[in-house]
Amino acid sequence: MSSPETITAPRSARRLTIARAISEAIGQEMERDPAVLVMGEDIGKLGGVFGTTTGLLEKFGAERVRDTPISETAFIGAAVGLAASGMRPIVELMFVDFFGVCMDAIYNLAAKQSYFSGGQVTCPMVLMTSVGGGYGDAGQHSQTLYATFGHLPGLKVVIPSNAHDAKGLMLAAIRDPNPVIFMYHKALQGMGWLGTVQRSITDAPEGDYVVPLGKAAIVREGSDITLVGLGLSVHHALDAAARLEKQGHSAEVIDLRSIAPLDRETVRASVRKTGRLLVVDDDYMSYGVGAEIIASVCEAGIPLRAAPRRIAHPDIPVPFTPVMEHFVLPDADKVAAAALTILEP
Amino acid sequence: MLKNSSRLHIPEPGCRPGETPDMSHITVPPAGEVRRPAEDVDPAEIRDLAWALIRVLDDGGNPVGDWNPGLSADALEKGLRAMMLTRAYDARMVRVQRQGKTSFYMKSTGEEAVAVAAALALEYGDMCFPTYRQQGLLVARDWPLVDMMNQVYSNSRDRLKGRQMPVFYSSREAGFFSISGNLGTQYSQAVGWAMASAADSDSRIAAAWIGEGATAEGDFHHALTFASVYQAPVVLNIVNNQWAISSFSGIAGGERTTFASRGLGYGIPSLRVDGNDFLAVYAVTRWAANRARSGLGPTVIELFTYRAEGHSTSDDPSKYRPGTEAAVWPLGDPIERLKAHMIGAGLWSEDQHAALERELEEVVRAAGKESESYGTLKEGARIPASTMFDDVYKEMPPHLVEQRKQAGL
Repeated sequence: MSSPETITAPRSARRLTIARAISEAIGQEMERDPAVLVMGEDIGKLGGVFGTTTGLLEKFGAERVRDTPISETAFIGAAVGLAASGMRPIVELMFVDFFGVCMDAIYNLAAKQSYFSGGQVTCPMVLMTSVGGGYGDAGQHSQTLYATFGHLPGLKVVIPSNAHDAKGLMLAAIRDPNPVIFMYHKALQGMGWLGTVQRSITDAPEGDYVVPLGKAAIVREGSDITLVGLGLSVHHALDAAARLEKQGHSAEVIDLRSIAPLDRETVRASVRKTGRLLVVDDDYMSYGVGAEIIASVCEAGIPLRAAPRRIAHPDIPVPFTPVMEHFVLPDADKVAAAALTILEP
Repeated sequence: MLKNSSRLHIPEPGCRPGETPDMSHITVPPAGEVRRPAEDVDPAEIRDLAWALIRVLDDGGNPVGDWNPGLSADALEKGLRAMMLTRAYDARMVRVQRQGKTSFYMKSTGEEAVAVAAALALEYGDMCFPTYRQQGLLVARDWPLVDMMNQVYSNSRDRLKGRQMPVFYSSREAGFFSISGNLGTQYSQAVGWAMASAADSDSRIAAAWIGEGATAEGDFHHALTFASVYQAPVVLNIVNNQWAISSFSGIAGGERTTFASRGLGYGIPSLRVDGNDFLAVYAVTRWAANRARSGLGPTVIELFTYRAEGHSTSDDPSKYRPGTEAAVWPLGDPIERLKAHMIGAGLWSEDQHAALERELEEVVRAAGKESESYGTLKEGARIPASTMFDDVYKEMPPHLVEQRKQAGL
């Protein structure tokens, strides 16, 4: 996993991993709202393969923290039904790569429930899942598929880059009346066996707070170039920005935090200032988040001092072996190199 | 009249970490008591076998009853050897995983008979659609360990070219279908393959394996529908090893009925067998394969066994089940049971067994040495990264040629 060059999180007695932040948010909301329940594979006793439900079974019991059969079609479909009955189900589907088996329930049922009931029935569910590679798990366990879900009307798509945002975004997602896909990146999750970018481990208020869905954050201010990232790629962008600074370039880094809704205005405002744009995606290149961001800036007629660029995976499945995976995944080196081609053409 | 008091039932395993393991709820009927119907029996006459437990080896290691396949000494030794080799192979690969020479591994400890006995009961040309825990099929088909290790190491001789996770083997030549990380998909594909074989009047059949946990997937049910409708020549194995990562078989629907009985609703003859009894697994597989080959369609077989180790090197079973649970599993260990049988029959001895163990360890060690000379995940030779753009499509489209160039490859 990538090792960060800087640690910007404030020192604090309380430092949370994203996994801990997610489980804390869910637990607090379950206490506050009896309609909230969790379903998924290995979420009970094990506390989730990626630690998102740690301690919840012991606190809330097996009726509200339900281990399910390995039947994604059934438990995602059931969540749509539960949501229609007024419950607020949070379902975990271990890997986004597995969404294929239950795609109909996601993009035809959950996403269209409100629309095709003429607004009578909503679908307040959260579908949380792990995304991303970098730990040698090959092409059926390493995709992010951000754009695939960002593309579908009716769904909200959230991608935290740190524990503070993860908690606030999760609380917002559970309370949202729409289906929300909550994607946590394995390289940021704080699971010992996966390795974790330390900067994602942050302080977070113990109490209740929300990070609104659809509001990007400027995580580093700068004046020469705008680097746009999401999830893990925010950290690549921050690492690259630190290096660029040594070379006399001031990079602004934007953390999208959600891609549906997408905060186009924050990006546009930044590019109006810097005149240069590099999007750091972590998904297949074609038809991706990078294209959407660049289009959003171009469509607004913002004058650019150099052609905008995007970093993404080539359009091939993520291979297993690290020597190949390295060429596919974005990293700080690639971001810095691409930024320099824009800054010093 | 019943009261209106609906409630949600959440299945819970009998015991959890820290508790004394208890498997007294598992009924183990005596070996030899289940009748062996004629291979052309009408499925309607054997519905009870979906709740029975076909066993051949009794507690003393004696083969009893109609299902005893009466294997030759050579066949028994071949089976024992393949099971022991599979176990020795697993042991080494976990060790090298801990040394960082590969990133991931999955053992089949305790379940070796499931794959090995089936492989020996099938014909070599029959097509296998396994899960990630049937490495014993390749071992029993004498597929080179070096080739398997090359895949696990993702080295310069890896036939999957560095692209797939360790243990996700694929060998067209050995009749071993590509393994998918998404569970249950192989069932539908096996039925499709079998349908093609039937349409060509080919004598080859298909065999598929699925875990009891994955029978909850739609693919399992879709495949059974097709197998039944088209009477596809396929053996549909359900490996009930009691655990799907941390979920016990009750979560998969095992509390009310057996997994074998799933087949009955589709009109498919369904048998339940002691999966740790090499002779029983062999006999039942042969029975089902003969039916399939003679145009009598599919059979469902539940192999009742126990996952003696963790799901993979990525999980810690002590978090969700008592550490000593494996010790109280009532159906024993498949290698120990076959060994006891062979010794009892005067075909084998403790000395021979110990010698074979040493020999196989050496076989695995030598294979490991050779494979490591072609590289490991950690170091040494590898497939060139530039090849990762190949095979996405049959012919590389221009945009990938361009992207490969951009990647500097």
